[in-house]
Amino acid sequence: MNTIYFKTKPSILKTYTVAGPKEGKGTLGKYYDMVIGEDTFGEKTFEKAERKIMYTAVKSLIDKIENNTVDALILGDLLNQNITASFTAREVGLPLLGVYSACSSFTESLLLGASMIDGGYLNGVIAGTSSHFSSAERQYRYPLELGCTRPPLSQWTVTGAGCCFLGVYTAGMPYISRATIGTVKDFGVTDANDMGAAMAPAAADTIFNHIKNTNSSPEDYDLIVTGDLGSFGSRILKDLLWEKGMDVDRQHVDCGEMVFNMEESEYQGGSGAGCSALVFCSYLYNLIKAKKYKKILLAATGALLSSLTTQQGESIPSISHAVEIGV
Amino acid sequence: MKETIDYANQNYLKYVSLTAPKTKETRTLFRAFWVGGFICVIGQGIRTLYEQAFGLSGDELSSYVSMTMVFLGALLTGLGVYDRIGKYAGGGSIVPITGFANSVVSPAMEFKSEGYIYGLAAKMFLIAGPIIVFGVASGVLVGLVYYFINLF
Amino acid sequence: MEITLSFIKAFVVGGAICTIAQLLINYTKITSGKILVYFLLSGVFLQSIGVYQYLVDFAGAGATVPISGFGYLLADGAMKGAEKSLFDAITGGLKAASMGITAAVVFGYVFALIFKPRSKKN
Repeated sequence: MNTIYFKTKPSILKTYTVAGPKEGKGTLGKYYDMVIGEDTFGEKTFEKAERKIMYTAVKSLIDKIENNTVDALILGDLLNQNITASFTAREVGLPLLGVYSACSSFTESLLLGASMIDGGYLNGVIAGTSSHFSSAERQYRYPLELGCTRPPLSQWTVTGAGCCFLGVYTAGMPYISRATIGTVKDFGVTDANDMGAAMAPAAADTIFNHIKNTNSSPEDYDLIVTGDLGSFGSRILKDLLWEKGMDVDRQHVDCGEMVFNMEESEYQGGSGAGCSALVFCSYLYNLIKAKKYKKILLAATGALLSSLTTQQGESIPSISHAVEIGV
Repeated sequence: MKETIDYANQNYLKYVSLTAPKTKETRTLFRAFWVGGFICVIGQGIRTLYEQAFGLSGDELSSYVSMTMVFLGALLTGLGVYDRIGKYAGGGSIVPITGFANSVVSPAMEFKSEGYIYGLAAKMFLIAGPIIVFGVASGVLVGLVYYFINLF
Repeated sequence: MEITLSFIKAFVVGGAICTIAQLLINYTKITSGKILVYFLLSGVFLQSIGVYQYLVDFAGAGATVPISGFGYLLADGAMKGAEKSLFDAITGGLKAASMGITAAVVFGYVFALIFKPRSKKN
């Protein structure tokens, strides 16, 4: 069984989000704690900018925490060797667990943080992820100024960071009750622009397993949230689950579809490790805290490719970790 | 011993390619046509100007025209305009020699942050390098073949 | 009148070459770097069998501004050199194209020094 039951129900006590300018103008713009004006954030390189975004998010969150202490950071990002997470921890000076499962890193960090607290090993953990459009574009695709068309299936990497403070169960606060560790799935999609189709099988597998393992049905959830499948990927997800006899059409939403005002140029919506973190730590967290939603399943999805594997003609393996948040 | 696992789920891939949103065919072709044509008209304008004003002709004329077009492509890339044109026009701005200039300047600018030698200069031909490699190699091949044909 | 006609010819032929490239992009998903290489090589090939010259004579910049015109220049230089000596046969191609490459290197370096890459807005 790959589903974990947290007996002590670790709570999500505080969150903090820093969003890029484009995200700030998006549909959820008013829910972010901070929107930066320039996506270079006053830094010389985009990697440094991403680092500063994450550092600001973590530092501001630490400042918000009053009574508890932070024992460790569990951070993830998209850049090679997790540089954003490690360099942020260097500045903050707290113990770090760096995680990577591409855009699913956010739920992985929540899952690990909740496990640590549930096991009684730690009392307070900050879990969070970040991504930056320009640093991701540099690493995975082409130079920014190269004149090339964006294929209709492409997505837009979200600039921003979201992190949350996990602590021991506190009455009235949202808590993590269960989580499912994802299995790597690969259906042979090779088009690095078509992330939605590559990741949908992983999301379908994890969501199906989670619901089956916990003997529940999609109706038990107010929302089933995926990370960054985009419009097309979401359609595939619903089809795949429908094939397995599960209808999630009414509960399903996708963070990638929510994060931007969908215009022509974003095509399928947002993506990136920061996408689910930004949407969950602001908009969704507020709604859960206000008890508008009682129970949601958050399944962020990650495409585990690198520019090397793409050039070597490999297909794209994907993963999705799911956490169930209740109040 | 070599074992390869084929991950491809043919049914799924077929389903994906059938349901995927398609490129808007006629619109992209039309855009490529008029932008590409327009860039060539600019080239023709410069050609006519150099011909009339400076009395250039032959190889000298076409070399200066290329130089000017490369200059314009590089400048527009630097100003951050060429990628916008490229997004609109696709093939229409990739294929003209200004697109070649764009593919030289854009990685050079991008990797400036990794230094002026190993960054800017080394990465300058990240995309355009193959053009020079294949261009020079095929040029030599053509030259040699014609040389030996001429011998007999 | 003759000038106007030359502009129309350049527009139509140049546009047509770019449309072929767009067709390739739409149907094969190949990226810009490969497109440039394919067009360059087809320019070299077409000139080596003597065809591209007609297109250049007809359309002027419409045929020389696309990257296939760069290939034409390389092949043309090599073929002219081949008539003189072995040395010229080998160096002729690059010699003919040297202005384009030099311009790309020099302007590339200078503009990369001056400008900074910007994030795309959309």
